[in-house]
Amino acid sequence: MPREYSRRDFLTLMSAGATAAVAGCALGPTARGRVVVVGGGFAGATISKYLRMWSRGGLEVFMVEREENFVSCPLSNLVLAGSRSIEQNTFGYGRLQERHGVKVIHAEAVAIDTQKRVVKLQSKPGDLVYDRVVIAPGIDFMYDQIAGLDNPEAQRRIPAAWKAGEETVILRRQLEEMPDGGVFVFSIPTVPYRCPPGPYERVCQVAEYFKRAKPRSKIVVLDANPRITSKGKLFQAAWDNLYKGLIDYQPNQEAKDVDLRTMTVKTDFDSIKGDVLNVVPPQKAGAIAYAAGVVTANKRWCEVNWLTAESTVVPKVHVLGDATQSAPGMPKSGSMANQQAKLAAAAIVALMSERPVSQTPMINNTCYSYVSATEAMHVTSIHHWDPARKTLLPIIGAGGVSPASSALEKKYADGWAINIWNDTLG
Amino acid sequence: MCHGTDGNSAGIIPSLAGRPAKELAETVKLFREGEKPATIMGQIAKGYTDAQIDAIAAYFSDQRPAAK
Repeated sequence: MPREYSRRDFLTLMSAGATAAVAGCALGPTARGRVVVVGGGFAGATISKYLRMWSRGGLEVFMVEREENFVSCPLSNLVLAGSRSIEQNTFGYGRLQERHGVKVIHAEAVAIDTQKRVVKLQSKPGDLVYDRVVIAPGIDFMYDQIAGLDNPEAQRRIPAAWKAGEETVILRRQLEEMPDGGVFVFSIPTVPYRCPPGPYERVCQVAEYFKRAKPRSKIVVLDANPRITSKGKLFQAAWDNLYKGLIDYQPNQEAKDVDLRTMTVKTDFDSIKGDVLNVVPPQKAGAIAYAAGVVTANKRWCEVNWLTAESTVVPKVHVLGDATQSAPGMPKSGSMANQQAKLAAAAIVALMSERPVSQTPMINNTCYSYVSATEAMHVTSIHHWDPARKTLLPIIGAGGVSPASSALEKKYADGWAINIWNDTLG
Repeated sequence: MCHGTDGNSAGIIPSLAGRPAKELAETVKLFREGEKPATIMGQIAKGYTDAQIDAIAAYFSDQRPAAK
């Protein structure tokens, strides 16, 4: 059960520093003060835990998350194939609280006053004062970019299923109810979007299901991009070798409109009719980033200083995860969000104990894609600070992709998932 | 991340916590040079210098292995 917090935790006028927890046993200067983290996804949960760990309990950390549970996007495509349940991807936040002393509040953050340093919550008493705030809201969908999808009924009938949870289950049910010989139309937005290889893994997983249960069915992939965004040769090989004749891949086909009555997706050139439609809209930073005034790039993403993940425009506001304007070569992924969170945790602990921030951070990304029920493959990259260009850049000559998908890498993918979930959630 | 918090892994990926620093560093360097087969560690290791690998190995070596 989530604990309740007293009025004392919501002092609007008193400085947050005055309410800081008693210092831990650090030998060096101890970080003190309060950090409020908005969002409990891969980025927000990880930084909440690591701020507590690396300040040895010196920092008071509130994590504000509107959902009761964490539902993992990684491995959620397996739910569409029927080889996993959504419950297996669903975890509570209890360990962050019990093991690490993170104060988890289930509420919606509706505004941030960055002058007074206050996070305003809906439906909870009072506001949360902070010394520093971390915004990790993930993505919102730009439904207005696809005519016909700008209403709740259309969004239910044509789910994006790009935030794992209820929509994933709806889409799975639609695929189950589709007759053999039916057509599944899947639309991918232009980059950047959450999880570059995710759409192509989804195609594999739905194909795996069709091959097993509905072999006369077809998948039409409408990709707004000119080619497969990530692990292109490997996905193409999987489609050719495992799912021949099942997949009609159409590049440069951007969804512009949907028609519920005729179950049609329209692009600039064509109208494509299907029995089940899955349209992933273009994406932007979550709403609270706009409310805080930190959305600076293309009216969609938040630019940060990648030494600290602090906003380039509003001091003491850090932004993490998919909502950020990614550095070159940096994917919007759960793995990257977990790593950004550790970079920022180290920087914030340093800043709040008046120690210097590391000028040589390194983080890495590792993403696995499941091409079938038994095989997976990876992409990995290592990113370091470039002092001349003042950003994180991938190290040339390091990283790469699998030579081919394999059963061994499927086992490593399973191991990766268990460890990143544990690392993120406690 | 892949090897668990402080190198304590729950699944098939090996735990690193509490293992001798020298052994950890040498293994990663063998991956990097392609002298020990790997799916992913060779590609990752290429991003790190000897000094960085030694520092990471020393860190994991200092961590307490979790009770299984």
